[in-house]
Amino acid sequence: MSEPVIQVDHLSAFYQKNTVLYDVTFDVAPGSLTGIIGPNGAGKSTLIKTMLHLHPILTGNVSFFGQPFHKVKKRIGYVPQRGSVDWDFPTDALDVVTMGLYGKIGWLKRPSKTHRAQAMSALEKMGMKDYANRQISQLSGGQQQRVFLARALVQEADIYFMDEPLAGVDAGTERAIMEILKELKSAGKTVMVVHHDLQTVEHYFDHVLLLNRTVLHYGKTEETFTKENIADAYGGNMRWMGGEQKDVGHSIKQ
Amino acid sequence: MTYTAWIILTAALVGMACGLVGVFLVLRKTAMMADAISHTVLLGIVVAYLVTREVSGPAMLVGGIAAGLLTAFFVQWLHSLNVQHDASMGVVFTTLFAIGVILIATSVGNVHLDVQHALMGDITFIPFQTVTLPIVGDIPEATVILLLVFLVVLFFIVAFYKEWKITTFDPALAASLGIPVLFMHYFLMGLVSVTTVASFDAVGAIMVVAMLITPAASAYLWTDKLAVMLVLSGLFGVVAAIAGYVIAFWIDTSISGSMAFATGILFMLSFLFSPKHGLIMKYIRPSKIAHST
Repeated sequence: MSEPVIQVDHLSAFYQKNTVLYDVTFDVAPGSLTGIIGPNGAGKSTLIKTMLHLHPILTGNVSFFGQPFHKVKKRIGYVPQRGSVDWDFPTDALDVVTMGLYGKIGWLKRPSKTHRAQAMSALEKMGMKDYANRQISQLSGGQQQRVFLARALVQEADIYFMDEPLAGVDAGTERAIMEILKELKSAGKTVMVVHHDLQTVEHYFDHVLLLNRTVLHYGKTEETFTKENIADAYGGNMRWMGGEQKDVGHSIKQ
Repeated sequence: MTYTAWIILTAALVGMACGLVGVFLVLRKTAMMADAISHTVLLGIVVAYLVTREVSGPAMLVGGIAAGLLTAFFVQWLHSLNVQHDASMGVVFTTLFAIGVILIATSVGNVHLDVQHALMGDITFIPFQTVTLPIVGDIPEATVILLLVFLVVLFFIVAFYKEWKITTFDPALAASLGIPVLFMHYFLMGLVSVTTVASFDAVGAIMVVAMLITPAASAYLWTDKLAVMLVLSGLFGVVAAIAGYVIAFWIDTSISGSMAFATGILFMLSFLFSPKHGLIMKYIRPSKIAHST
């Protein structure tokens, strides 16, 4: 087994005087596509924000490729929740995608033609070429999410964190995004995705991280994504809606 | 140049400098920081006077910047302690402003520094206090300072254009790319403070707020491009300055009051007639575009 690319060691974090994460420990193997699953308020978003130092770490340690975050920033891509930005901002889709390159462009320099061309090809990959000059508030939710994905692609990172990229998008966008995620995986990139739809977990991810303030279970999907483990994470009062299951609609017995 | 020309030029510089900075205040939804800072710079100016014992431009600029940054810092700090953002703004600026008022009343007598002046400004008397510069000759001091401040603001906005854009649009992404989001925030607050202090003498705190927010809010209605919004906002500032002077001359009233009034008129016209987001266009051509949730 190869060296883990992400190591999280006894991580904990606070949010407004409440502990949201405690004793989070896991290692992520390179080239894996992990779904982070857990009930509302389980700290899924906070986990990736804390790992990326966007939220203060209380205790513990996170390393990427065996190095602290600030040394490998450029190799890490982040897709925030779509709702975290103001889509009425005066800018167009191409410009938003170009923002993914700002870290590489550096201070006092402007995006060049090459940068714009890179951004354009990322948009094209997401099937959004025709919308490049569209003001971003005039895009549908799914299109906005594609723009975000294109912006992450243009970063050419080795590790990607995505916060609910499939929330509230149309079926076409969902397919397009999953296509890209699989492509990233086969290119050897490591991807961690906050996901909320339990029905699709088995189809989409090869690893699952069940989170409820701490890591309850983490591992290969077929071994980890079991009824018992899900009940652990969701407190047993959710309904299993899995397609293959015969007892659809049945409550899980604890 | 005639007195009128100096007054209009000075007001136009206020309009341009404020218009540029104001765009980012409006887009960051912290427009009311302009109100807060425009009041607390009074404290900075008074303290600068108490230290240097003279009413001089440079000392006031330094004092004002310090007071502005202090305001931004306190607001941020209270907010981090779970006080609501608008409430912490209200608490911080009224307190610091009050300290400034008390200091003026108790320690500063008999100088050209009073609360009335701080609120309304005295653009009418700008041409009388001049400095002599090589080549150009006598120039009103306030105009020189404003010109410098405008150039500084313009330089930093152009130089860090993409950093301003990304930290305003998506601070989380900016931070993950290694762009110092918090530093840019304080930098902007610093620019707001410089602009405010420089405009203070000319137009007073009230009109600074009008000039910072209203042209930017109007420009927002006309365009979908940030660069265009910056240009329009500066332009609207100039238009309001000139229109305000004409109104003041016409009905013989306070110049800075008329200029602030003109920004309001400009906003109302934009709100009604802007082809992109105007009320009338919306009525004529209902939005066909799918809006996101």
